[in-house]
Amino acid sequence: MPSFEELTTKERPTWCPGCGDWGILTALKKALVEINADPTKTVVVAGIGCSGHLPQWINTFGFHSLHGRALPVAQAIKLANHELNVIAVGGDGDGYGIGMGHFIHAMRRNVNVKYIVHDNQIYGLTTGQASPTSEKGFKTKSTPHGLIEEPVNPVALALAADCSFVARGFAGDVPHLVKLITQAINHKGFALIDVLQPCVTFNYLNTFEYFYRRVYKLEETDYDISNKEAAFQKAFEWGEKIPIGVFYKKERKTYEDELPQISKEPLVRQKIDNIDISQLIEEFC
Amino acid sequence: MTEFSWKIGGEAGYGIMTSGLIFGKAFVKGGLFAFDTNEYPSLIRGGHNTYTVRVSDEPIFSHSKKIDILVALTKLAVDKHKDEITENGFIIFDQSVFSINDDEIRDDIKLLPLPLTEIATKIGGQAIMRNNVAIGASFGLIDYNFENLVDVIKGIFGGKKGEEVAKTNIDVAREGYNYVLKNFGNLAKSIKMTVKKPIKRMYITGNEAISLGAIKAGCKFYSAYPMTPASSILHFLSSKENDYNIVVKQTEDEIAAIHMAIGASFAGVRSMTGTSGGGFSLMTEALGLAALTETPLVVVLAQRPGPSTGMPTHTEQGDLKFVINASNGEFPRVVVAPGDVNECFYETFNAFNIAEKYQIPVIILTDKFLAEAHSTNDFFVTKHLKIDRGLLLTDEKAKEIKDYKRYENTATGISHRSIPSQTAIFKAATDEHDEYGRLSEEQSDRIIQMDKRFRKLKVIESEIDGVKIYGDEDADINIISWGSTKGPILEAMKIFAEKGIKVRFIQVLYLMPFPTSKIKILLENNKNKIIVENNKTAQLASLIKEHTGIDVDYKILKYDGRPFSPEDIYEKIDEVLTFAKL
Repeated sequence: MPSFEELTTKERPTWCPGCGDWGILTALKKALVEINADPTKTVVVAGIGCSGHLPQWINTFGFHSLHGRALPVAQAIKLANHELNVIAVGGDGDGYGIGMGHFIHAMRRNVNVKYIVHDNQIYGLTTGQASPTSEKGFKTKSTPHGLIEEPVNPVALALAADCSFVARGFAGDVPHLVKLITQAINHKGFALIDVLQPCVTFNYLNTFEYFYRRVYKLEETDYDISNKEAAFQKAFEWGEKIPIGVFYKKERKTYEDELPQISKEPLVRQKIDNIDISQLIEEFC
Repeated sequence: MTEFSWKIGGEAGYGIMTSGLIFGKAFVKGGLFAFDTNEYPSLIRGGHNTYTVRVSDEPIFSHSKKIDILVALTKLAVDKHKDEITENGFIIFDQSVFSINDDEIRDDIKLLPLPLTEIATKIGGQAIMRNNVAIGASFGLIDYNFENLVDVIKGIFGGKKGEEVAKTNIDVAREGYNYVLKNFGNLAKSIKMTVKKPIKRMYITGNEAISLGAIKAGCKFYSAYPMTPASSILHFLSSKENDYNIVVKQTEDEIAAIHMAIGASFAGVRSMTGTSGGGFSLMTEALGLAALTETPLVVVLAQRPGPSTGMPTHTEQGDLKFVINASNGEFPRVVVAPGDVNECFYETFNAFNIAEKYQIPVIILTDKFLAEAHSTNDFFVTKHLKIDRGLLLTDEKAKEIKDYKRYENTATGISHRSIPSQTAIFKAATDEHDEYGRLSEEQSDRIIQMDKRFRKLKVIESEIDGVKIYGDEDADINIISWGSTKGPILEAMKIFAEKGIKVRFIQVLYLMPFPTSKIKILLENNKNKIIVENNKTAQLASLIKEHTGIDVDYKILKYDGRPFSPEDIYEKIDEVLTFAKL
């Protein structure tokens, strides 16, 4: 249905030239073209940060939410109208810091929402502080003596929360990312794609160069995406080699599947004029 | 008017809440009026719980300070409440649990030592059923049809599975009833209650009325995190979610709860969230999100004493100025404070219309007292209630729009709203934006959008009547208040009337937009302007001063976690006025 051009807005993104966000936006638009998504039935929900601006630059419905809160908004949109294609985007500070609680609960809930995390291991829009995924020892404006904490491991957390689709992409490999997003959208259930997205302005450590030399594709190895134990092992592989691709995929009922209230038609189409509450009133006699 | 009050007191876990409800319901069933209020500490077992039911043959709006029958399940209940007992009142207690010495209580109080536990275990097989023995025994003191009690117990333990349970509960109650008739024949049926005209009415709490109002208004999505005293909305709506196709979501926290309500509303579904002050504190940032994105939103805030965790199971009106100012920045909102269950129902229904019509957040401000007390109300009339979705576009209308401006700068400040799946695509943005919804930091866009949002408030002001007036225009005393104090104030007015004192009560129903001009007219040049509030700092008085420049003359405040009784209000007002004359 839509062409890549139709999904492209007149306004150009304000991201820094060379930012990994450009790759993610391109991949998302290409994936939507690939799956023939109807832009009027697609909602892109974002939190706050550089990633948060993404809905502004894609011709679909958009909801720019508060910092860390893309997921609760996205899940409710899906529950209100499960015929919509709902994609949440956010950053590592947004989703794994301030929004961490929602992240875990969204995964165990398995509402059919896709979550693309722009993981640049730094706070970009606030000009360079340590983020939840920043590496230990990383020196930033807020950690001039080196970050003391260990980074969170989004893939391992997702596996522990029984996320039904867990993947990692790389903003420097758009064709691969398109495939991941397409697979995620076609998967029935919550999907996480953690995207390695170099911040060219504030992250001097985890650069494009850094990742080009390290990433390899899981699908090019002998790897079984239905094996959770293997997925856990891969989730902790980070160093000289960094795996990207689908870590784990499992079919399980979505939250919406379990709701008889919406089995016939989405909430949004249910008539609300003249709801008869006389029986309820009787209950109080 | 003939009336009496009954109180049951004991430890948590004794089934006091159910007993209290059964007792009150039995009188409403027969055409009388009941009002109840409970008191319980924040724990599951132990502590001291009470449930007070006032019954009358005429409409009543609150509990009373005095009790005629005290059912004491513990000695503590006697010690704590013996002074509330009216002249010639009764104490029903379990003689096998404790005894009461004659010198412990006034001579006029009649003691009814009963083998409550013994009867419960002999007939019902369970000691916990002793409450029902006590209810039956209480009925023995009242000249009233016992069969109404039977009906209510059947209803509460109804259903196939419950039939046996209901029968046992009825049997134990009947045994308690007969015991009093047999052993205390001279006291039996000494409280006369006659039904003038048996009319079917509701016996309902504020939270239940709000839930009904929301269902009637087409609320299809309710997201909340458990928090007393708002939780019973969550419980009630979940119990009806399949009957009325409502998605009720218990969330990971209040932040998720409000964002979900906003998300569902953005997608075109009427939604609501509910909490108490602490949870609302977490929601405040998102309140601004709803305002800036102009997403309709209804929030119920059932207050309890703060700050912090405060007194979780008690009542207070301490959050008024908080909700009026909550969240960063400036934006219009509507704050409505129902004063009784009837207003809880209708104002909740209205709240959904207001939220959609003006595309703003509406806060329904109640408190524990109103949320959990049952009162007797005529059936809600729903025929005239019309859903108004404001400028929500239809699919057809959306198709006709070529250059869609979601945040169009209109004369009323209200613009057409499309929803996902319609062709009028837009972005709802938490940042300031232009008319299309595109982020903008331009001065002109900022001014246009701020003015547009605030223009709506003017329209609302002209369409909502925020004040209700009761009593005489040429009154000696002008009571001003808001929210749940309404009931006790109306009851206090009865006491004043008996003394021949004319009182007028000005109830501020809508606190935002503040009914400035009306309040000004009502209060200017009037004497004895007395504010009554369940808080420490007289927040409404401060709002009146802010908006009208008028100072009230006296402040009657209560912040001990308990609601006003009518007697409290009468006595305090009498005291300040007497003092003023000296």
